[in-house]
Amino acid sequence: MNDSVAATGIGARVLRREDFRFIKGQGKYVDDIVLARQTYAAIVRSPYAHATINGIDTSEAAGMPGVVRVLTAKDFEAFGGIPCGWQVHSQNGSPMAEPKHPILAEGKVRHVGDPVAVVIANSRAEARDAADAVLVDYSELPAVVDMRKATDNPPALVHDEAPNNLCFDWALGDKAQIEEAMAGAAHVTTLEFTNNRLSPNAMEPRCAIGDYDTSTSDHTLYTTSQNPHVIRLLMGAFVLSIPEHKLRVYAPDVGGGFGSKIYHYAEEAIVTVASKLIGRPVKWTSDRTEAFMSDAHGRDHVTVAKLAMDKDGKFLALSAETMANMGAYLSTFAPCVPTYLHATLLAGQYKTPLIYANVKAVFTNTVPVDAYRGAGRPEATYLLERIIDKAAREIGLDQAEIRRRNFIQPDEFPYQTPVALTYDTGNYEATLSAALSASGYAGFAARKAEAKARGKLRGIGLSCYIEACGIAPSAVVGSLGARAGLYEAATIRVNPTGSISVLTGSHSHGQGHETTFAQVVADKLGQPYDNIDIVHGDTARIPFGMGTYGSRSIAVGGEAIVKAVDKVIAKGKKIAAHLMEASADDVVFEGGQFKVAGTDKEVDFGTVALTAYVPHNFPFEELEPGLEETAFYDPANFTYPAGSYVCEVEVDPETGVVEICSLHASDDFGNVINPMIVEGQVHGGLVQGIGQALLEQAVYDDNGQLLTASYNDYAMPRADDVPNFTVDHQITACTHNSLGVKGCGEAGAIGSPPAVINAIVDALSELGVDHIEMPATPRKVWRAIQTAKR
Amino acid sequence: MQPLARAAKCWKLVPAIFGDCVSLLRLQHEREGMPKVSMTVNGQAVSADVDGRTLLVDFIREQLALTGTHVGCDTSQCGACVVHVDGEAAKSCTLLAAQADGCDVTTIEGLSEGEALHPMQAAFRDNHGLQCGFCTPGMIMSAVDLAKRNPDPSEAEIRKGLEGNICRCTGYHNIVKAVAQGAAGMRS
Repeated sequence: MNDSVAATGIGARVLRREDFRFIKGQGKYVDDIVLARQTYAAIVRSPYAHATINGIDTSEAAGMPGVVRVLTAKDFEAFGGIPCGWQVHSQNGSPMAEPKHPILAEGKVRHVGDPVAVVIANSRAEARDAADAVLVDYSELPAVVDMRKATDNPPALVHDEAPNNLCFDWALGDKAQIEEAMAGAAHVTTLEFTNNRLSPNAMEPRCAIGDYDTSTSDHTLYTTSQNPHVIRLLMGAFVLSIPEHKLRVYAPDVGGGFGSKIYHYAEEAIVTVASKLIGRPVKWTSDRTEAFMSDAHGRDHVTVAKLAMDKDGKFLALSAETMANMGAYLSTFAPCVPTYLHATLLAGQYKTPLIYANVKAVFTNTVPVDAYRGAGRPEATYLLERIIDKAAREIGLDQAEIRRRNFIQPDEFPYQTPVALTYDTGNYEATLSAALSASGYAGFAARKAEAKARGKLRGIGLSCYIEACGIAPSAVVGSLGARAGLYEAATIRVNPTGSISVLTGSHSHGQGHETTFAQVVADKLGQPYDNIDIVHGDTARIPFGMGTYGSRSIAVGGEAIVKAVDKVIAKGKKIAAHLMEASADDVVFEGGQFKVAGTDKEVDFGTVALTAYVPHNFPFEELEPGLEETAFYDPANFTYPAGSYVCEVEVDPETGVVEICSLHASDDFGNVINPMIVEGQVHGGLVQGIGQALLEQAVYDDNGQLLTASYNDYAMPRADDVPNFTVDHQITACTHNSLGVKGCGEAGAIGSPPAVINAIVDALSELGVDHIEMPATPRKVWRAIQTAKR
Repeated sequence: MQPLARAAKCWKLVPAIFGDCVSLLRLQHEREGMPKVSMTVNGQAVSADVDGRTLLVDFIREQLALTGTHVGCDTSQCGACVVHVDGEAAKSCTLLAAQADGCDVTTIEGLSEGEALHPMQAAFRDNHGLQCGFCTPGMIMSAVDLAKRNPDPSEAEIRKGLEGNICRCTGYHNIVKAVAQGAAGMRS
């Protein structure tokens, strides 16, 4: 390998090529696109959480300046509802309640923000003015808001098809066995808590443009999506019945997703249908308040957990009874989040022999809840790491020691957990030791004493997380209820002069794939990094791919690229063998050269590429011309990133204000392609986790009004809310992909909330506080201190 | 008080002031037709008849097709729309286009020319201070303003100074490093 390839290959801190357009203001986001004769859609949304629609009068709006068309549910009668992509079955074998999720509300609205009508006009302002003039006659109904009151004698039914507002009642494990183990245990720790509801808040609000070509009857949908092919499949096949070859979905630069842009949303169907109806492009751009009331929220679990231990603190059994809020309708992946992405992670890094989980999924008159950065895994980690923290305090064991006594050991992999997953590899002691050492865990007592002298309460908290990334294999997820496969696709198109276009099904909306994927290909093909281009986001250009979520891009998408590269090399060897008059079996590929082993004969990659496209001297009897290969990669297992986080906080007992003094993250992501990008992913995740722990909560009042519908009311972490971080990487390579990679996108958001809360509880423990709910706002902390004092 | 901090403190007044401006301009609009606004944007004189309620950010994005300036919220909180008006950072969603009449406006597109990068732009790339890129133009415009006012800011001053700009991707860690480097670059 020459020096330039080494500087840009796997493991190099290559600066991002995508940055140039963003720092110069030349990114191309959906709202930046302006099509000829474009119109603008404004959506009339329900101001009520739950109401019957008695009638809609659009006459005044229709006559207002610039208005092209006003649409209501009647205009969507021919189309299906928005589908759910995962079916969960209850304990009794019955499928989940799956009421229709109409594009526009049909007869009833079920959450504040539920779309009721659409005004299309020549300008954004005219559309908004006219939307204000649409008169909707509602009869307000009692709202179902609090999950805990939703199932027994509920105030109302969100859907008549879901008695007691129950979507499903799912369980994993043997309850009787757990109860027996609990009864015989030396100690049982119980923890009741809420995992707070969050709004994802990608900085780019969602946007969609429908563009129908009347001459070809082709639809184009420009949309802010993490997975354009998934949208094409869901919307084309299940909602609008548009054959896939007549529907192009293009997600260009997308300004962050964090899960919220995975799902198929009503607005995508609205602009697609509307464009055909009026014969002009239709653009809808969310404003931030609309985003709060229409983007899928995350988390929102209420859980009672019990951990049984023997006298030495060894875990015997864990049970978790959870209510999970689905919101008013089932969003694309909602049912799998509290079940297969949550309960299956409850073994964590530990050898708990018996685990039982019960999840009751509940409909409420709130925005749908779905996967948000981490999706189920932050909830599982929070449950486990909080109850272990509490258990250690109860039995008087050191926080690190209780974890060490229960760790799965490095020589015990592959490790079959009692909750269905098989971990391939890991070294939990390595990340814990690294984190304890880097954070100065041993010297904490001195810092605590020093803080005390200043009147501050200092605490330290640990969190040892595991996550499961790259959800797979397709056959397994299918058996668990997924209605899609979860592979990834890639095409390596070697151009005649040797440059390379990589077409990937993964989608970059901040992750830096244009850089990292090019590093992988440069490394594998020994070609200059600058000769490699990454193409993504456009169903008209890329193979059918499943997109980016669940930290799957490198572990699944990256591996698909490697598989396609392998095919290119295999074909290249045959072409090279022909050129060198050797046997293909004797040809090796090293550093961008095809060589006959044991001789000085070689041809370079460029010559082979040119020969493939100008095949004057070519083995036609054996090969077709051209050098382009596609691979679909369906992994053999999930990947299992893991790590240990240590957080130190100071609490001001007078005000309840929490300051994060330090947070160290030691992660095992397997092999790392670009450490700079991986560290950036961790930093971002940490702050989202700190946001959950200290600041953020989507709040509905008793009537189902969303009280946090702007940045005035929803506390986003800002630069002066957080410290600098220290991070390190410990590596155990994934055993079932050739890159040895595990994924890094969600870890920070998974591991940090319990580390922060454990640190706060540690700071307050001398007052007798043993739990505090997220977000630990100054008011909540102050109250906990005052209550403890009494 | 720094302009951004002042803007952040005054956000509660925005709806009231803004509402008044809108109704006044609507009245003016009805009486006199579309007001004409003229300003200099990135060194070029521009002039257009606009609906009186047009925000500066919409004028920049839609009328001038300079789409590097972004809209991330409706309440002047996120800072994705920060531009420079007469040399000072301003949230262009908080100003009407008419209020910028006669002003000298610089957007992210006007910060550097051709392939060249402003030291702050280069610093954001060098330090991986951006991921999805959506908040980046506003963040860079705020950072340039911050460094002009405080050429050698401490970490705490940088964090305080960026309070009016929200980033959801980076966790701010690398942005803070970038601003320190960018400020150093602007000093030299």
